[in-house]
Amino acid sequence: MGVDIAIAYVDHKSVPSKPGARTRTMTSEPPTNRAQGPDLDLETALAAVATKRDVAAFEKVFRFYGPRVRAFMMKRAADHAEAEELMQETMTKVWKQAALFDPEKGTASGWIFTIARNVRIDAVRKTRRPEYDPNDPALSPAPEIAADDALELNQNAERLNAAMTKLPPEQLELLQLSFFEDIPHGQIAERLSLPLGTVKSRIRLAFAKLRDTLGDEQ
Amino acid sequence: MTISHHVSDALLLDYASGTLEESWSIAVATHLALCPPCRQRLSAMEDIGGAFIDRLDPEAGSESEDASWLAVRSAVLSAPEAPATTPKSPARDDSAATVPEPLRSYLGVDYDKLKWRPLGLGAYHYPIPTGDKSISTRLLRIPAGKPVPEHGHGGRELTLVLRGSFRDGDDLFGAGDLEEADEHLEHQPIATEEEDCICLAVTDSPLKFRSRIVSLLQPLLGI
Repeated sequence: MGVDIAIAYVDHKSVPSKPGARTRTMTSEPPTNRAQGPDLDLETALAAVATKRDVAAFEKVFRFYGPRVRAFMMKRAADHAEAEELMQETMTKVWKQAALFDPEKGTASGWIFTIARNVRIDAVRKTRRPEYDPNDPALSPAPEIAADDALELNQNAERLNAAMTKLPPEQLELLQLSFFEDIPHGQIAERLSLPLGTVKSRIRLAFAKLRDTLGDEQ
Repeated sequence: MTISHHVSDALLLDYASGTLEESWSIAVATHLALCPPCRQRLSAMEDIGGAFIDRLDPEAGSESEDASWLAVRSAVLSAPEAPATTPKSPARDDSAATVPEPLRSYLGVDYDKLKWRPLGLGAYHYPIPTGDKSISTRLLRIPAGKPVPEHGHGGRELTLVLRGSFRDGDDLFGAGDLEEADEHLEHQPIATEEEDCICLAVTDSPLKFRSRIVSLLQPLLGI
């Protein structure tokens, strides 16, 4: 397992940058399919929800994420009514906790995913989810992110979407099952009739590729 | 703290997606508290989860979208405005402040104040109750220079070092390091000589049998 991290945390600043990957200057932006991912306006809207309690901005967030969160809940909920209820609970939490969204730490979609995930764990699995506490005095603090690096993070959602479309289908399917089907990778192996080792190596390969994209976060 | 043994991609993915059981999650999340690079990896995985949400077909039920919006709108407008805070408030025994969350909530006090139970051979353990009946979760305190007793094999086993260190073969595991073992790994952790080693051990392999052997051997070993 030590091997994984060696791939993940090479210091990208000391490595000659890959063409187009790291440069902040105006390399021509790859054509992105806007319909695929949310645009940056949603992050701005989320910020307006947090700072100004802006209901119009929240409606914009809701119109994009609400139906998707409901579809996410449908994967596990008993019926449409339960999925609707869990979606409303999730979106209400998005409103209440909007100030906790930190665009330097991740994408708006990633943050909303964590809220939906936790609502689902509470409701469907009914188990406790142990989490670290970001304000814990015993937490090992992360090194500060330099301001110019923080700027780059804004493009992460687009870059991530682009990188995911390039994954081999079997790796993408495995990741998707992991996030939607609510079963651990051991059971995914059984479901797909694959050896556990194959599932683990596909997970490893998929992240190795995606990290080439997301490595700039470091 | 320099951490050299991290949570694997497969295990972290189960944690990120929310499928990992409570017991394993205590070890993973406590490692995350001690390991900023792994927190960054978790965050990247959650962004991937978000990207899958983006890709979902919003499809069915669009006829009721306005009704949904009105329901949520009225819920948020009628909700009392409380300043957003992180869900957990660490208002606990100050002596436990050296124990990172989420482990601290399970212990309540610092390692030195726990009611340790003897395991034999100078080792102690402190069982941690969780919602998972089939998974054993506990702290182990291994005397300096001694091997980990009652060591089950045959399933998954996570060992997170909290204080001191242990060697497993040529590998050294210090505070914050997470060892992930499965049934294929033959190993025998031994606490290093400097100080007693305290670690969090989570396993789904049977432990009791080994425990009895250790207690049977105890008189023979003269300890």
